[in-house]
Amino acid sequence: MPAIKSLEELKRVREEALQKKQMKAAAGNVQVIVAMGTCGIAAGARDTMKSVLSFIETKNLSGVTVTQTGCIGMCEQEPILQVVIGEDAKVVYGKVNAEVAEQIMRQHVQNGMPVKDYVLSI
Amino acid sequence: MREISLHLLDIAENSVAAQSHNIRIEAHENLQSDLLTVCVTDDGCGMDAKTAQQVLDPFYTTRTTRKVGLGIPLLKLAAEMSGGGLTLVTESGKGAKVEASFRHSHIDRMPLGDLAMTFLTLLVSYPHIHWVFVYQVTDRDGQSHEFNFDDVELKTILDDMSMTEPDILKFVRGMFEEGIEALAYQTVN
Repeated sequence: MPAIKSLEELKRVREEALQKKQMKAAAGNVQVIVAMGTCGIAAGARDTMKSVLSFIETKNLSGVTVTQTGCIGMCEQEPILQVVIGEDAKVVYGKVNAEVAEQIMRQHVQNGMPVKDYVLSI
Repeated sequence: MREISLHLLDIAENSVAAQSHNIRIEAHENLQSDLLTVCVTDDGCGMDAKTAQQVLDPFYTTRTTRKVGLGIPLLKLAAEMSGGGLTLVTESGKGAKVEASFRHSHIDRMPLGDLAMTFLTLLVSYPHIHWVFVYQVTDRDGQSHEFNFDDVELKTILDDMSMTEPDILKFVRGMFEEGIEALAYQTVN
């Protein structure tokens, strides 16, 4: 791995990211949680995760925390994705494939409107 | 599961659930000995001998107390179906090591798959864990090439900067994809 050179570059990337982050800090914190138990992974949760991360990257979306949870007992609804915005109640989505994940990122995470068709519970 | 890298993600989730601080994931494609081996090693709570035996049984899954679930039997089956096998070495309080081997050329061996995405998913989701990712390819002439990632340096530089900031994410994803693709190229030649 060409580690040394690329990590030097990372320092620069970090500085730039820090400046951008400070500008967007007011947006309030957003948490996106992907369920990744064996059931979730088998149902395609990694593609869901990939879609979430790639949305953040391509739309330059700052201030989003992406985490995981295990099996939450609704295996038949996997892949499950949860969104928490600021102090709002957690919104749980079911059957979130890569396309649905992108829709949730655009409509809910970016614009604050839950994607009702896929909501399991609020 | 359709990819070995998805199994790796799943097995690593067990390590996270077992309160590990250090988790090491290795994948080795050895074309000379026609073997593909993957290994997840952690320093989590481990299992006693009885539990270690039970987790190999697909019907052992008591959700409220389970440490492992269906994941290990699935990987075991996949390995055995392609001329390999699975070993689990663990001791209560002393971590666990899951190793699966496959005959590389076996028709039933599932593809290694998107290893970069498995690594990225784990690194981003569990920033408090110290991750080591190794991908090694040994070509037919016995020459080895290795992608070796230890997150210590990266986290030192990032300090408290989140890995899901777009620029950071792009950097890390690029690093994994390029590093792994450069080696994966060797396996098709």
